[in-house]
Amino acid sequence: MLHYMEQAKRSAPSDDGNELTFANVSRRNLLQAGTAGFAVAAFANPAEAFIKYPVGGTAMPNGLKYDPKIFVSIDPDGTVNIIAHRSEMGTGSRTSLPMVLADEMGADWARVKIIQAEGDEPKYGNQDTDGSRSMRHHIQSMRQMGASVRHMLASAAAKKWGVEPSAVKVGVHEVTSGSNKAGFGDLAADAMSLEVPKFEDLSFRSEKDFRYIGKGNVPMVDLHDITTGKAIYGADVMLPGMKVAVIARPPAVGEEPAKVDDSAAKAVPGVISVESLPITVMPAKFSPLGGIAVIAEHTAAAIKGRDALKIEWKKGPHSNYNSAAFTAEMRKTAAEPGKVLRKEGDMAGAMKDASKTFAREYSQAHMAHAMMEPPVAVADVKADSAEIWAPVQSPFGARQDIAKALNIPIEKVKVNVTLLGGGFGRKSKCDYAIEAALLSQKTKQPVKVQWTREDDIKHSFYHTTSVERIEVGLDDAGKVNAMRFNSVAPSILTTFAPDSGHQFFIENGMGHVDMPFQVPNLSIENGKAMAHTRIGWFRAVSNIPRAWAVQSFASELAHELGKDEKDMLLELIGSDRKLEPAAQGFPKDFWDYGETYAEYPIDTARLKNVLNLAAEKAGWGKTLPKGEGLGLAVHRSFVTYVASAVRVKIVDGKIRVPEVHQAIDCGYAANPERIRSQMEGAAVMGMTLALYSGVTFENGAAQQGNFDTYEMVRSDNFPETVHTHIVENPFSVHASGVGEPGVPPIPPAIANAVFNATGKRLRDLPFGDEI
Amino acid sequence: MAKMKVNGTDQTFEAEGDTPLLWALRDLAGLTGTKYGCGTGLCGACTVHVNGEAVRSCITPLSDVEGKEVTTIEGLSGDGNHPVQQSWRELNVPQCGFCQAGQIMQAADLLKKNPKPSEAEILDAMSGNVCRCGCYQRIIAAVRHASTGA
Ligand code: FES
Ligand code: FES
Repeated sequence: MLHYMEQAKRSAPSDDGNELTFANVSRRNLLQAGTAGFAVAAFANPAEAFIKYPVGGTAMPNGLKYDPKIFVSIDPDGTVNIIAHRSEMGTGSRTSLPMVLADEMGADWARVKIIQAEGDEPKYGNQDTDGSRSMRHHIQSMRQMGASVRHMLASAAAKKWGVEPSAVKVGVHEVTSGSNKAGFGDLAADAMSLEVPKFEDLSFRSEKDFRYIGKGNVPMVDLHDITTGKAIYGADVMLPGMKVAVIARPPAVGEEPAKVDDSAAKAVPGVISVESLPITVMPAKFSPLGGIAVIAEHTAAAIKGRDALKIEWKKGPHSNYNSAAFTAEMRKTAAEPGKVLRKEGDMAGAMKDASKTFAREYSQAHMAHAMMEPPVAVADVKADSAEIWAPVQSPFGARQDIAKALNIPIEKVKVNVTLLGGGFGRKSKCDYAIEAALLSQKTKQPVKVQWTREDDIKHSFYHTTSVERIEVGLDDAGKVNAMRFNSVAPSILTTFAPDSGHQFFIENGMGHVDMPFQVPNLSIENGKAMAHTRIGWFRAVSNIPRAWAVQSFASELAHELGKDEKDMLLELIGSDRKLEPAAQGFPKDFWDYGETYAEYPIDTARLKNVLNLAAEKAGWGKTLPKGEGLGLAVHRSFVTYVASAVRVKIVDGKIRVPEVHQAIDCGYAANPERIRSQMEGAAVMGMTLALYSGVTFENGAAQQGNFDTYEMVRSDNFPETVHTHIVENPFSVHASGVGEPGVPPIPPAIANAVFNATGKRLRDLPFGDEI
Repeated sequence: MAKMKVNGTDQTFEAEGDTPLLWALRDLAGLTGTKYGCGTGLCGACTVHVNGEAVRSCITPLSDVEGKEVTTIEGLSGDGNHPVQQSWRELNVPQCGFCQAGQIMQAADLLKKNPKPSEAEILDAMSGNVCRCGCYQRIIAAVRHASTGA
């Protein structure tokens, strides 16, 4: 998150140092460089095959790295080792990014070995694996490094054989010239000692010659290990002499233990000691909540010991947090005028003159990520050094935080990244790794901290809770002439800074100020709401409540006006155009997912295209049997456009989802197979959050704890068939986000379908599975 | 103390009888393929076979397994090529992969007892296994594929 903020500062329109770098690489320059430079037969020059474009990754902390000597090494036997510097949590980035490099390089995927990078951004560039950025930010650097190695191999071969570089051909894992032939391994030592060519001097594979990129034919690198139980996740790290800690954390954030009776805990066989960790309260960034830790020989004893602790907690600053009362307060706030974030025309005036007004309110409860692998980390802290093994989305961020918590210089702290058993934003917050580090430092032994499922649900960095209110004024012709959209939700910023009660530019940029409807008189507002628990980002973040509200509202308005829902949506989106932030009253700090707006504008033609595509594939307009309904929703997030068309079937009063069509335009589709799996997964997570995901608080404490009270969609009722339709784009249409954008349109599409099946309108998430 | 066979090898666990099999396998035998997801029998991540039956190892005390045969994902097949494992790979089932050992052990149990299950039987048998990444469509397809080749 701090990364986001730093990035936003650095990518502000006035500071375009990064853009200039790219702007200077004009087509003409490239052509000249291509001819003067080193030509390799069968490869196009960059101007034809790959025009570099500015991307938000350069403005992230530690930016992007282009040095193939850091990312690639070639063994004498020809094995190509490629660094995966992002964390793998299920999106496939550990496969897909090296795959891009390997293809451009000419490597045979069967001879590629993946090496996971430790947390070291000065070396590898930004490693913050969130924000649907892995492919979006790194596809270009991967191609460039692949091409660099290919050139270096060709150069080494030319030298070795005494031929012109232009007479050298790089095939798949081999280099030839006439009768000369060498494998990558034979040339590796010479090639890798050459200077790395400049981008301008590189040639690139043209798209039609890709073997892996865009094909979806490369299985996940960990597939075999996953199916045989050999893949290593956080909890699978075992060190000699390692002990296991399970922690009792305060029920409400900031509560201090008043009385601790640990006699029963200490009597549990296997329990070694009981330690206390200091209590923290927001804003504490990712500092642990604190509490009482039970350290034992193995996990079972640690859990049993922790559960045997008797602790009385003193009331803290958030011990009065009650969800029902808080939601009622947010509703009140939403009805009042809020802080105006975006203004076009005269909303109030147009509302007064309206021949009809229409207002609706939508709410969402808090959610916990509930990734299948609960938080866990292993730490081995010595007097002046530390080594950590953890499933973390931001390994370098974790390393910085751990170094600070331990008061050990960062150079002496090593963070190894295991596979993540799901992340969804929870594992961007490394509190659990800091806990392990602190306990290891304190007890002078390697320690694993294991969170139970209850710990995970009760002590999350929760997705915010919200009320979104939309009001419109219609003119005589029934056209929407005025709109007020007020979003009320505690902010993620409260994790980092004192609470102002207002959301900040990143949350505002997620489907709120960037709301694409063509309405002449518009007021986008934010009402105040204070945070009383730790708020954090959850897959798709604020896009979930915004898509929920906007897409439900469009459906309600259609029914109110007797219009077809798809026609209504198309009418609201309006003409084909790219929104103009400056002219359309966007705030100065408008955040387009950290991208340069000109490169990733809000394009209503693309938005409408995915809507039409999903609707057409789902057979929108066809008559369905009684008890069935189709629902539509479309939303742009993470600079990607996704529409969902969901068919709902009511069976014995239960909402079932037999079929989903997901239409996605994510620019260039680098790995369609993993895009499909993300769209399928997003449909499931979207259905889970629509039906079940609600964490509610009483007296500051989360009321849910395990999968009985915080339910998941399962195979007895799930989106049975998810069809993914990927809009085909050439490489020049910039690759955009995939991991998150599939989620936001699902809940409103389900609710709209339920309405069409039953006539019952659902406005509060989660809405349960019964109707 | 409890004695049993784990993946064909004699194993003695020096632990209390109420210790869940899951933690004995993971922490004491070092068989980390079996995962913890909920500890209460609600997610299936910890599924192993005891005397050929799928059980949730997180709620199975060691005392219940005394003298029995335990099979974990590591021992499902000698070479990792059980038809269910193959099917899982052919259909690129996993995302994060964390739930998949449990899913595979559950599916193997189903197909052993019922080699040609109906769609409803597959859905029912797999419904105790949560996949938060949402791979259900492929999981169900992979069970079907392992069963019929379709
Ligand atoms: S861990 Fe055993 S069922 Fe969830
Ligand atoms: S693959 Fe991630 S939980 Fe199933």
